[in-house]
Amino acid sequence: MVLLDIQDISISFGGITALGDVTLSVDRGTLCAIIGPNGAGKTSLLNCISGFYKPDSGTIVFEGQDISKYRPDQIAQRGVARTFQNVELFANMNVIDNMLLGRHHHFQIGFLKNAILGYRAKAETIHRQRVEEIIDFLEMEQWRKHLVGSLPYGVQKRVELGRALAQEPKILLLDEPMTGMNQEETEDIARFILDIHEELGTTIVMIEHDMNVVMDISERICVLDFGKKIAEGTPLEIQKDPEVQKAYLGENYESVLEGARRS
Amino acid sequence: MAVTRFCIRSYPQDLKVFPSPAARISLVWLLLFLLGLPFFSGKYITFVAAVCGVSVISALGLNILTGYTGLISLGHAAFMGIGAYTAAALANKAGFPFLAALPLAGLLAAATGAVVGIPTLRLRGLYLVVTTLAFEFIVEHIIYHWESMTQSDRGISLPTPDLFGYTLDTYESFYYVVLVLAVATALFTKNLAMSRTGRALVAIRDRDIAAEIIGVHLAKYKILAFVVSSFIAGIAGALYAYLLGLISPDHFTFNQSVLYIAMIIVGGMGTVMGSIIGAVFMVLLPEVINAISSPIASAYPILSPRIGAVSVIVYGLVIILFLLFEPNGLYGIWIRIKRYWKPWPFTY
Repeated sequence: MVLLDIQDISISFGGITALGDVTLSVDRGTLCAIIGPNGAGKTSLLNCISGFYKPDSGTIVFEGQDISKYRPDQIAQRGVARTFQNVELFANMNVIDNMLLGRHHHFQIGFLKNAILGYRAKAETIHRQRVEEIIDFLEMEQWRKHLVGSLPYGVQKRVELGRALAQEPKILLLDEPMTGMNQEETEDIARFILDIHEELGTTIVMIEHDMNVVMDISERICVLDFGKKIAEGTPLEIQKDPEVQKAYLGENYESVLEGARRS
Repeated sequence: MAVTRFCIRSYPQDLKVFPSPAARISLVWLLLFLLGLPFFSGKYITFVAAVCGVSVISALGLNILTGYTGLISLGHAAFMGIGAYTAAALANKAGFPFLAALPLAGLLAAATGAVVGIPTLRLRGLYLVVTTLAFEFIVEHIIYHWESMTQSDRGISLPTPDLFGYTLDTYESFYYVVLVLAVATALFTKNLAMSRTGRALVAIRDRDIAAEIIGVHLAKYKILAFVVSSFIAGIAGALYAYLLGLISPDHFTFNQSVLYIAMIIVGGMGTVMGSIIGAVFMVLLPEVINAISSPIASAYPILSPRIGAVSVIVYGLVIILFLLFEPNGLYGIWIRIKRYWKPWPFTY
């Protein structure tokens, strides 16, 4: 069943086409990776889905509704969560507050009721419990009350993932979750992504450059190059695709492959 | 057993405004001191304490907007002025009682705040500062020139406020009204800051892109910050007007707006405690300078015309020194002292 259906979206910035008629559909419950060389339009595609960019043309249908004209916060409320390539956290808040912010739209409590003593604590307790479950899930207990700005980069990435999970999303968009990480941290994050996918059943769309991870964990892969989709399929199909090889290795990819084989 | 009493053992406890018994006990002592203040001090000190209270309320309002939400406003005195003149006009010309004039003053200021807040949806940083600055001058101009309503620089007087049949004709009685409202505003602000709304405001201040992506409606919360802040400023302005009994355009000038910014910088941006300490500090500072300088002036009459200028210089100096050496304000110093003593007598 299709959860997210992107039809022919295009967007250009001052004459440069970032995305040209990209079509992509993501089934409920799949783990889909988007790959492509630098500047291929991967992040632009994510920005269109989460509402930062309004596509010039085309539709983005999420659960049967066209969300391409909605504001980012409206899209978030419909169950789309994302993380960023460069961590976008609230550095002056601790881990718990960052994650409670992820639950912002799950609170049904108005602002005047909040300010009345006693009422706030009752409402917050429920969400605090949910946040603590996610903290357990991502093994972040020791950093609970630390200011996020003082944590190492790898942990910050995990907090951001936790904040996205706190939103209880139907679809999770991850923009390069493993950049700047060492082997061990990469494996940790890969394991968390698989856990989220299998235990929580969340649909995941992930941009990643680490091909080992991509080929290992994703079920479907979509390849972008110069704002166009050049291939889509299972990891095995993508590895054999001549268009993909050309995009990554250049026009004379056959001789490059030949050279690699010989040496 | 004694130790576990001071540990936080459940989520509701962790979410309380005053989680530890020690904090609650010291709060009770502080309140007892404030309640008893008029009995063991003179009339003038009670008046200064009431001014402190009004400033605390107003600084809390500004801190919601500037400290928590990060929208710097140089128009805070203008909102106070709107509140003050609304109360004055309602009480003086239409005979409204204190209890009706006070909330109406707040509401009109809040409505103005909502309108002033609209440009914030497009402007940020310096551009917003200039917008609020323009607003400040517009309000100053209107107060000065709308003579039929405000009586310009002759000032407009207010009747003695009545509350539930009591006439609040002394500084002592009005001091208690201010005290109750200041405590209520502080509790309201603290609760707001610790709630979903407060977190959303801080999120907008720290990183508005990320705030939007997790579902915070930026426009709604920015306007909300302006409305709440100017409502509180309007109430503070009305209280100030009733306290003085006679207000003139001089009380709500650009200098006053800067003074409120100074209060939250000196006290601590984005903290309730900081607004309180900062407001009290900035109100008491000229009083202290005065108390020190008057004996000097009487001993050396040649210096007396220059003493007044000193207080302005000290004002500026205090702001600069805090920005340079203690950006977290007096509250930051307090936190550091507390942290230093926490593991005592051990060094770590």
